[in-house]
Amino acid sequence: MAIAITVNGERYETDAPPETPLLWVLRDEFGLTGTKFGCGVAACGACTVHLDGQAVRSCQLPLGEVDGDVTTIEGLAETRYRALQEAWTRHQVAQCGYCQSGQIMQAADLLAETPEPSDEDIDAVMGGNLCRCGTYTGIRAAIHDAARALNGGGAG
Amino acid sequence: MSRLGKITRRTLLVGAVAVAGGAAFGVYQIRRPVENPLRPEEGATLNPYVIIDQSGISIIAPRAEMGQGVHTTLAALVAEELDADWEAVRVLHGPPSAAYFNGALAHGALPVADYAMRDWQRRVTDGLGAASKLLGLQVTGGSTSTVDAFERMRLAGAGAREALKAVAAERLGVAVAELRTQKGRVIAPDGSEIDYRDLAEEAAGRDVPRVGLRPQSEWKLLGRSLPRSDMQAKVSGAAQFSTDIVLPGMKCASVRICPYLGGGMERFDPAPALEVPGVEHVLDLGNGVVVVARNTWAAMQGAEAVEIDWTPSPLPASTEAMYDQIATAFEARANSTMRDDGSPDDVEAALEVEYRVPFLAHSTMEPMGATAWLQDGHLTLWVGNQAPREHLRVAAEAAGVAEEDVTLHTVFLGGGFGRRVETDITRQAAMIAAKLEGTPIRLTWSREEDMRHDFYRPAAIARMRGAVAEGRATLFDAKIAAPSVTRQAIGRLAGREMGGPDKGHVEGAFDQPYAIPHYRVAGHLAELDVPIGFWRAVGSSFNGFFHESFIDELAHAAGRDPLHFRLDHVAPESAVAAGVLEAVRDLSDWDSPLPEDRARGVAMTWSFGTPTAVVLELDKTDGPIRIARAFMACDPGLVLDPGIVRAQMESGLIYGLSAALMGEITFTDGRADQGNFPEYDGLRIFNTPSIEVAILQDNPHMGGVGEPGTPPAMPALANALHALTGQRVRSLPLIHAADFLI
Repeated sequence: MAIAITVNGERYETDAPPETPLLWVLRDEFGLTGTKFGCGVAACGACTVHLDGQAVRSCQLPLGEVDGDVTTIEGLAETRYRALQEAWTRHQVAQCGYCQSGQIMQAADLLAETPEPSDEDIDAVMGGNLCRCGTYTGIRAAIHDAARALNGGGAG
Repeated sequence: MSRLGKITRRTLLVGAVAVAGGAAFGVYQIRRPVENPLRPEEGATLNPYVIIDQSGISIIAPRAEMGQGVHTTLAALVAEELDADWEAVRVLHGPPSAAYFNGALAHGALPVADYAMRDWQRRVTDGLGAASKLLGLQVTGGSTSTVDAFERMRLAGAGAREALKAVAAERLGVAVAELRTQKGRVIAPDGSEIDYRDLAEEAAGRDVPRVGLRPQSEWKLLGRSLPRSDMQAKVSGAAQFSTDIVLPGMKCASVRICPYLGGGMERFDPAPALEVPGVEHVLDLGNGVVVVARNTWAAMQGAEAVEIDWTPSPLPASTEAMYDQIATAFEARANSTMRDDGSPDDVEAALEVEYRVPFLAHSTMEPMGATAWLQDGHLTLWVGNQAPREHLRVAAEAAGVAEEDVTLHTVFLGGGFGRRVETDITRQAAMIAAKLEGTPIRLTWSREEDMRHDFYRPAAIARMRGAVAEGRATLFDAKIAAPSVTRQAIGRLAGREMGGPDKGHVEGAFDQPYAIPHYRVAGHLAELDVPIGFWRAVGSSFNGFFHESFIDELAHAAGRDPLHFRLDHVAPESAVAAGVLEAVRDLSDWDSPLPEDRARGVAMTWSFGTPTAVVLELDKTDGPIRIARAFMACDPGLVLDPGIVRAQMESGLIYGLSAALMGEITFTDGRADQGNFPEYDGLRIFNTPSIEVAILQDNPHMGGVGEPGTPPAMPALANALHALTGQRVRSLPLIHAADFLI
């Protein structure tokens, strides 16, 4: 039986089994490859997407339990959190780039909950996202910068 | 038509690059018509670095973009001379081709310390670089890309610019000297402009004029922090890695290979896998199986479900037994003694200690993967890799087709660190595609497959003897034992056994700029068949730790401050190296005392042409030890993009700190005990220090930046721990010895 979910405002349908993790449905069934596979055990955050605006590890979320609207990195630019992508670009954060979709999606969740995060807030929320290139300095700066932009301050 | 020309042409035109009425320029003056299958008989290719078509300017940056920013810097070399509009330039990996040889790989070939090389020795290695052109090694590694490309790619840009101007001059009836170029346009004396796109096709048919290069004082792009060419794609999710290619009718695959390294498969029962919904095939790969399914999840579930009897590994049964085997190498004759000053045997040692470091995994964020499609006898592959020609050769062999019948697209690498030189993933993908001819295959390894089938950084042991007198080191005598990366990995790459003294094995130890009267470094090669390979900074990744930990011990034995002790020994050998120590001293405010619960450690390693010093400040005020602050200074000579250099220094530091703090692969019965990030983690944002980087440019020779940040990070951490707690820890990782914030 086909299951329909909404991703980035569009309706998608698949007859993949309901236990299939959302990650693989997005990547292999729907061709939305911006969401990445890193570990399969929720230990790296590369697969982070939003379910009704909240960050979830899509490698752990079975398709059958997707009970809200999904936003992936491909759809983030249509939301106010494009400010993060812009800040990431200003700070030239990405190196290999593989983890950055997940980093940005997690950061959007952080700013939704905590519009003006402290360094401690960033440490607490972003600690689940691994980056083997070590771009953390840039990530921290870009989050603060995006927060300023979203709160009406000038980006810088 | 040379075979090279044929491969280059087809790959460029059939591949991701749509050359719409385009032309490619070059400095090699190999004329050949471009038979564009889409628009035949248009354009011509003179050289492999510039394509101009109706969509604009594309620059081929023939080194793997694995995060180190090489696409940006290499493209800027061309764009600088070409006067291209940086914001509009497109950067591509380009095809496998001997034209893209890496001449700088040979710079490290002589058994001489980089800092002490004479001009004639540099000329000799340049000659060896030309020899590597014959070998056609298109390898990204050894922190060599920028050094190699520095002249070649600027010449490519300059040649193309002059050819475009020559056409414009004829059209306008003016002298070439009267024309200027700017942002992709030729500008006439009267201010009128002709876009390069309107000149390209005609220009490509011409001989490329020989031109000089612009002086540094005229550079507009080089020397500045440019916006990276790959940034937009990487923040939008559009960047394509090995398994992001979408093809019609594609199937997804995952493998399960014998985890007992060197072992094999006795029998397997595919039945349980075939019951997993979505699984379509279970195929025999000899030492394991591949499961092909509608999606990767089903393939991975299927691979887990296959019942397999493995045959055992021939390796020693435990990690401890592996160390014992490595230690037996000390009993055999040394393979090399590349530093042998004074008479170390005549000096009585005050200090005799042993160090050891473990095997390490690369653990790239993107597990190994590839996309492959054998269709009508032609194999097309998409794989992020650091050695395209080798990958192409292996793919052809595995699929049973001629090399001419393989098109290989190098896509973005989700981290490389040396791992993606290895061709194992490409061989597998090609085999699977050949077994399922006509079906595109997206092959993704699980994290566990990736971690258990790495080509590891080898474990290594160092035995050190040292003595001090009157505040100075008088004896530094090191013996280093490990299996040889050079023999294994270069042997695999070059297809032949590498004999002779192994420089890579002792790099980071024998070649350090210290003035010590009795100074010897001997390399002992261990026989141990654990798969090992290039891991960021290679030999320097363990020798940096051995050398700089022991220098610290000698400083303490001499009752000296470890940074000032280093400076006293380094300054007479190398002003450049002394410069980075002084810079990091000033940056970290080294000479100001810290409160009791905080302490600093220092280390300096000269690797890949770039001396790099690190000071770390530890803090245990809140309980577990936190790496609070890091200060780095490097001197790679002329800096082309300071933003990228800084990013690479931070990256190298964090990679090294991750390893020193918690990195360790151990084996039981030849199977890695660690399979995923919970058992083999890296630094996270909360335990990464704040980092300040000083970039000096006093080095008269250009050095690399991708690797030099890694070696000094490890000893700096151990030395800082000693300063904080008084513990001298001689084996890594440090979490076994102290309570760190992790």
